Amino acid sequence: MMHAFTDCTARAVLLPRDDVDTDQIIPARFLTTTVRSGLGRALFADWRTLPDAPAESRFALDDPGVQGAQILVAGRNFGCGSSREHAPWALTDWGFRVVIGASFADIFRNNAHKNGLLTVALHEEGLATLHRLLRETPRAAVTVSLREQYVTVGARFRANFTIDPFARRCLFDGVDELGYLLARAPAIAAFEARGAWTTGAAA
Amino acid sequence: MSTARPRTMFEKVWEAHVVERGTSGAPDVLYVDLHLVHEVTSPQAFTLLAERGLPVRRPDRTLATMDHSTPTWISGTPMPVIDGAAATQLGALEANCARHNIPLHGMGDAQRGIVHVIGPELGRTQPGMTIVCGDSHTSTHGAFGALAFGIGTSEVGHVLATQCLLQQRPRTMAVTVNGALPAGVTAKDLILAIIARIGVAGGTGHVIEYRGEAIRALDMAGRMTVCNMSIEGGARAGMIAPDETTFAYLVGRPGAPQGAAWEAAVASWRTLPSDAGARFDREIVIEAETLAPMITWGTTPAMGIPIDAPIPDPTATDGAQHARAIAYMGLTPGQRLLGQRVQTVFIGSCTNSRMEDLRAAATVLRGQRVASGTRLLVVPGSQQVKVAAEREGLADVFRAAGAEWRESGCSMCIAMNGDRGAAGEYIVSTSNRNFEGRQGKGARTLLASPLTAAATAVAGVITDPRSLTPSTFTAHAA
Repeated sequence: MMHAFTDCTARAVLLPRDDVDTDQIIPARFLTTTVRSGLGRALFADWRTLPDAPAESRFALDDPGVQGAQILVAGRNFGCGSSREHAPWALTDWGFRVVIGASFADIFRNNAHKNGLLTVALHEEGLATLHRLLRETPRAAVTVSLREQYVTVGARFRANFTIDPFARRCLFDGVDELGYLLARAPAIAAFEARGAWTTGAAA
Repeated sequence: MSTARPRTMFEKVWEAHVVERGTSGAPDVLYVDLHLVHEVTSPQAFTLLAERGLPVRRPDRTLATMDHSTPTWISGTPMPVIDGAAATQLGALEANCARHNIPLHGMGDAQRGIVHVIGPELGRTQPGMTIVCGDSHTSTHGAFGALAFGIGTSEVGHVLATQCLLQQRPRTMAVTVNGALPAGVTAKDLILAIIARIGVAGGTGHVIEYRGEAIRALDMAGRMTVCNMSIEGGARAGMIAPDETTFAYLVGRPGAPQGAAWEAAVASWRTLPSDAGARFDREIVIEAETLAPMITWGTTPAMGIPIDAPIPDPTATDGAQHARAIAYMGLTPGQRLLGQRVQTVFIGSCTNSRMEDLRAAATVLRGQRVASGTRLLVVPGSQQVKVAAEREGLADVFRAAGAEWRESGCSMCIAMNGDRGAAGEYIVSTSNRNFEGRQGKGARTLLASPLTAAATAVAGVITDPRSLTPSTFTAHAA
């Protein structure tokens, strides 16, 4: 089941693009799987380059220095497009534990949190500063604290963030949402017994 | 009673489905009336159930089909499924549905089709319902006044096991479309114009209600096209109030209530539309008369322009993204798309694969030939649409024009089933996403209406459907 999110200090990968859609995160041809593991190899498959590509055209994940990175730093509206949970599965399988951006698509954010992948929405100015800092110092260690809701880079950068309190609690305590719902079985049965809210079941 | 606060349609549907209200910031427990399932986003959810030894709570509220990874090019049996993984996935759905007594429209079933085509077609999609599916285009079903949205695979597991979801209540947004759409301008053009206006994240966190004269004038296929693409503007759901058009579509369908139950259902559905004075968190107004056929030039659905307009220059804020899109598409700012050579035209997908869409395409293609050097795929949304189109003579029109007439499925919209474009190809597509590589690695997608797609297939270059004789599309002004 889901592991609790602990605060994280690690190298970050900078992907300074807006509207990164789920077809980029994991192209549809990888969706014929019936398991959730092993999708890191498909992460950003169509954007990957060879490790010996010239630095200016090399994709961020193909930089040999990104081994051990756990934080992806993107732009606005990360994860737009489809509902495929394969997107967070691919990100976590690769090793990411946090995505920082200016905003996230709704379904992606929900899917990410259900897999212990924290999404951090920073205000645009703070994010621009973080982008600049990572351009200058690509190997800088970034700290993300869910406990205290901040992102820091040493003493050089600090930005606070807000997060839906329930999502925070689920991430923090590793709350099993299915267990939470299963515990509501009596209320669900009572709702069904009322029966008058709508039609819909097959005859 | 008379002093009740005016409520939006969304609020009425939401409140009727709250099993338990969340306290101190927790989400509501929301009951799901209909859960649609397909092969791609369900196997890991069934695995979760198996691991925990859980049954499916309401197989009677669950309906499964195969559409995403299924081949559409059937030359014999057994089905030439694209590869072993896809075959395994289809087999997993079959086994999971059999184990849990879930009705499945599998390969060879006369009612199989794209999940968002068959739900309405079978009458299972009804006003006032909550409908979910592991697919972002579940928003389609909002055309009936249902609250319908896409969910991830973990949530598919939650609904299978409990028929409920934990959901924070979204905000509301009204998109009012006044007046009448001009001839040659369709529901597809309208939604592309709305997305161009609000942006690809403009609806994030919101449920959109589409309203106004131009929406009321749409048939159900057109309403489904509009609601389908709500997600491309960031909104998880789009809704249209049910009316006589909705009831006329549903009456007599196998999943719809019958007899006295039908009358009671219609009476209750009539109470769904937003009350006068109901407040939305955001409101947008669009004048239908100002709209033209739309086409996308870039790599998000919001990068759309009137078909005869130049590709815009970058703005102060979208420079890098604009440049990336332009480079990927092999186009230049200021260029006009009319006359641009096209290698493939795709008519299909959950956005535009219903009878009304095929009829619109056939009006253009009747007695014409697809241009040499261009290929046209016409992929019906369901096996029932396929049979109906063959009976009505539409398939003959497509075949005589030189188009490939296929079995139903998602086909080239998602390009994970054997149907795809080649790198560098220009594809005019009636589908919903023009993301990089969506229709094949390196393939370049331009989203448009079935009328524009058909006109383009005949000319071999991007063509304004209004340049055809007006009588061609008077029947399809909606």
